[in-house]
Amino acid sequence: MVNLFNYIDRQSPVHKLTGAAKFALLILWMLAAMTTFCTPYLCALTVLAVLLFRLSKIRFRDVAVMIWLTLVFLALNNILIYLFSPEHGVEIYGSRTLLFAGIGRYTVTAQQLLYHLNVVLKYTATIPIVLLFVATTNPSEFAASLNRLGVSYKISYSVALALRYIPDTVREFHDISQSQQARGIEMSRKENMVKRLTNAAAIILPLILSGMDRIDVVTNAMELRGFGKNKTRTWYMGRKFSTGDILCILLGILLVAVSLSYTLWNGGRYWNPFG
Amino acid sequence: MEENNDIQNRKRTFMSEALIRFEHFGFQYLAQAEPTLKDINLTIRKGEKILIAGPSGCGKSTLGNCLNGLIPFSYKGEMTGSLTIAGKETRSMSIFELSKRVGTVLQDSDGQFIGLTVAEDIAFALENDCVGRDELHSRVEEVAGIVDLQGHLSHAPGELSGGQKQRVSIAGVMVDDVEIFLFDEPLANLDPATGKQAMELIDEIRERTGACVIIIEHRLEDVLHRNVDRIVLMQNGCITADLSSDEMLSTDLLKQAGVREPLYLTALKYAGVKISAAHRPSNIQKMTLSEEERRAVRDWYRNTETTALPAPDTDFLRIRDLDFAYDNGFTALQNINLQIRKGELLAIVGRNGAGKSTLSKVICGFEKPTRGTLEILDRDGYCDLSNRSIKERADHIGYVMQNPNQMICKTMIFDEVALGLRTRGVAENVVKEKVEKALKICGLYAFRNWPVSALSFGQKKRVTIASILVLDPDMVILDEPTAGQDFRHYTEIMEFLRSLNEAGYTIVMITHDMHLMLEYAQRAVVFCDGNILADDTSANILTDPDLVKRASLKETSLYDLALLCDIDDPGSFVQHFIDYDREVRG
Repeated sequence: MVNLFNYIDRQSPVHKLTGAAKFALLILWMLAAMTTFCTPYLCALTVLAVLLFRLSKIRFRDVAVMIWLTLVFLALNNILIYLFSPEHGVEIYGSRTLLFAGIGRYTVTAQQLLYHLNVVLKYTATIPIVLLFVATTNPSEFAASLNRLGVSYKISYSVALALRYIPDTVREFHDISQSQQARGIEMSRKENMVKRLTNAAAIILPLILSGMDRIDVVTNAMELRGFGKNKTRTWYMGRKFSTGDILCILLGILLVAVSLSYTLWNGGRYWNPFG
Repeated sequence: MEENNDIQNRKRTFMSEALIRFEHFGFQYLAQAEPTLKDINLTIRKGEKILIAGPSGCGKSTLGNCLNGLIPFSYKGEMTGSLTIAGKETRSMSIFELSKRVGTVLQDSDGQFIGLTVAEDIAFALENDCVGRDELHSRVEEVAGIVDLQGHLSHAPGELSGGQKQRVSIAGVMVDDVEIFLFDEPLANLDPATGKQAMELIDEIRERTGACVIIIEHRLEDVLHRNVDRIVLMQNGCITADLSSDEMLSTDLLKQAGVREPLYLTALKYAGVKISAAHRPSNIQKMTLSEEERRAVRDWYRNTETTALPAPDTDFLRIRDLDFAYDNGFTALQNINLQIRKGELLAIVGRNGAGKSTLSKVICGFEKPTRGTLEILDRDGYCDLSNRSIKERADHIGYVMQNPNQMICKTMIFDEVALGLRTRGVAENVVKEKVEKALKICGLYAFRNWPVSALSFGQKKRVTIASILVLDPDMVILDEPTAGQDFRHYTEIMEFLRSLNEAGYTIVMITHDMHLMLEYAQRAVVFCDGNILADDTSANILTDPDLVKRASLKETSLYDLALLCDIDDPGSFVQHFIDYDREVRG
């Protein structure tokens, strides 16, 4: 849980960008990748994403857990698509090139393979960017830049605050769960599912109650130090928008524009080499 | 002589400039039938340092919240009379306006840490004031320098010790150049040595800024480590005494109000010494005693008889050559050899992170040791614990967490206590019998059909103890059993634990409280950096200056009294006091 929001502090051009610019790029990038099934374009995005990743000096092992998780999802996604509609590609591309007869409806066609390739490429084109955003964005700086983008500072700050309390809550969950286990509340696989769910309530309730205590303390502490006094506030971690940030957002817009104009020019989202 | 008077007068005029003035002030919370504060009259002058003491529920925190504006901003209610700060009526000011004048450091230094890093937390108030980026950075640097945190600016709260977190809180209000510092129980959650440093830092800041300091705390002796101008005593929402600290300590008022007096004063009273303000009793280091009075103490020590408690000698738990390291490689325990005796009341002490809590986790089976063995005395002799699950160990060893709210998961008291038995599949008629027995032991039988939410903090603590006792363990480990409790509740909980101990339970307490250790634990084990530094009687440990220093403990003031009275064996003097005190009170 803690590792999912792991900001890794390194010196790189990607780190120098403001969180807001990176966030904008992330959203635009996802949009560009989601709206198209143009295989060459997705390939290009993947290459670009990997290059940016290299640029950030984030190493593979820094984010290995996340990558493995994504790969599992990717595999699952592909298996399910194949199980439910083994000839989905045939429907989409309007042609059928049988490569292998298979068993019953489970055939192997070139069209289906291309469709699966597209699904894989969608993952590979976006996941590096998501990881990049998470690993190179300082949460406080992100809150500051969200505010700069026009999001109310109270909402922006609550994002930072949530991140501030994640480690505490994880630790507390751990402590409570241990003390409840000592009273005989089994959370391991030895118990059946229903029992485990009711047992989980024995941990969640104290966690919520102590969470409420915590909220009480922190709201008082914030008010006592003037939070909410003015319509705006400044940010210790705030940064000025640089040329890099503007270029970054322009890149995002360009990517979406390419994706959309391809769809319009092509008359559909699918790049079809079989036609 | 005349000249001297003149200086005195001038000093008085400077000091007499009233900064805070309560006049016939009262406050009643919206949901309460009675006012919490009644007819408060109190003037606090510029640059003064005041201690507000009193038992829980006396209204001292409410008084503090009226000053910082949380009342009526966050807690609604009705105010009567007048409260002015620098001549201005506070009810005409907003909480933000007040926060520019009154800087509040709350009790929970972890909970009030708002920023993701030290620097951001210090900058928080300035950010809200829309201070520009460059000034933000230079101000934070400057203030961090004053509280000695320059090297920690980019650290997250999890990477700081309790004392460092408190310094961040202090820095966070110092950036505002406040005229009044309000500390709400600054010593809770700090180990004794850090508490001492905190009081020194507060003094330093006061000298540096000339600000007025108000401390709300019931740990009187620890606050008096540094001089306090006045002590204001509160009881039932009223101020019952407002005296200089020396005058206050020469009366019995504090004791009568349920605030613990410093131990050296109790000892002097036992020796028949009549204490007056001229003795300067507020600090043992500065106290003056005549030769006759010192002789009285020596005579009391030599001529009164006490009987020491018998020390149990059967081992219940044997820990041999135990090591423990966390997954990240951090070695938390190293080569631990320890025997806990059956029927003993043992204290485990040491600074935060010394390995105390880790040891209890290893004993309960929450963590697996990297090396070494644990054995407990079962019906058929000693047996190894390594193959026993958490649940199986819980039949012998119970664990009570510091905060009862982290343990309680049922809404009704009966169900909460019955939980452990029901998960073990015990028949309902047996459950009823056992739960009622545990509730009787804990003095909660009358409440058995009540909801948990109707109980006080101390009563909830007892519910959690009952829910452990119901499983019939031989030993109970308690993490900070009295944290945050005033003297009356402290005594209540500790006497209860003593009665459990007398009933045959082995009790192990993890604590920062030197009084608790001295008064209740026959034996104490001192942890430092994952090792056992000492294993001795509490009296011997707290009179060994070298050990005290290495383990971040605090010498008992009885030790200083022994030195003051030329007693050459302070350890046995302290032991004498403890035994005598127990006999007098019991």
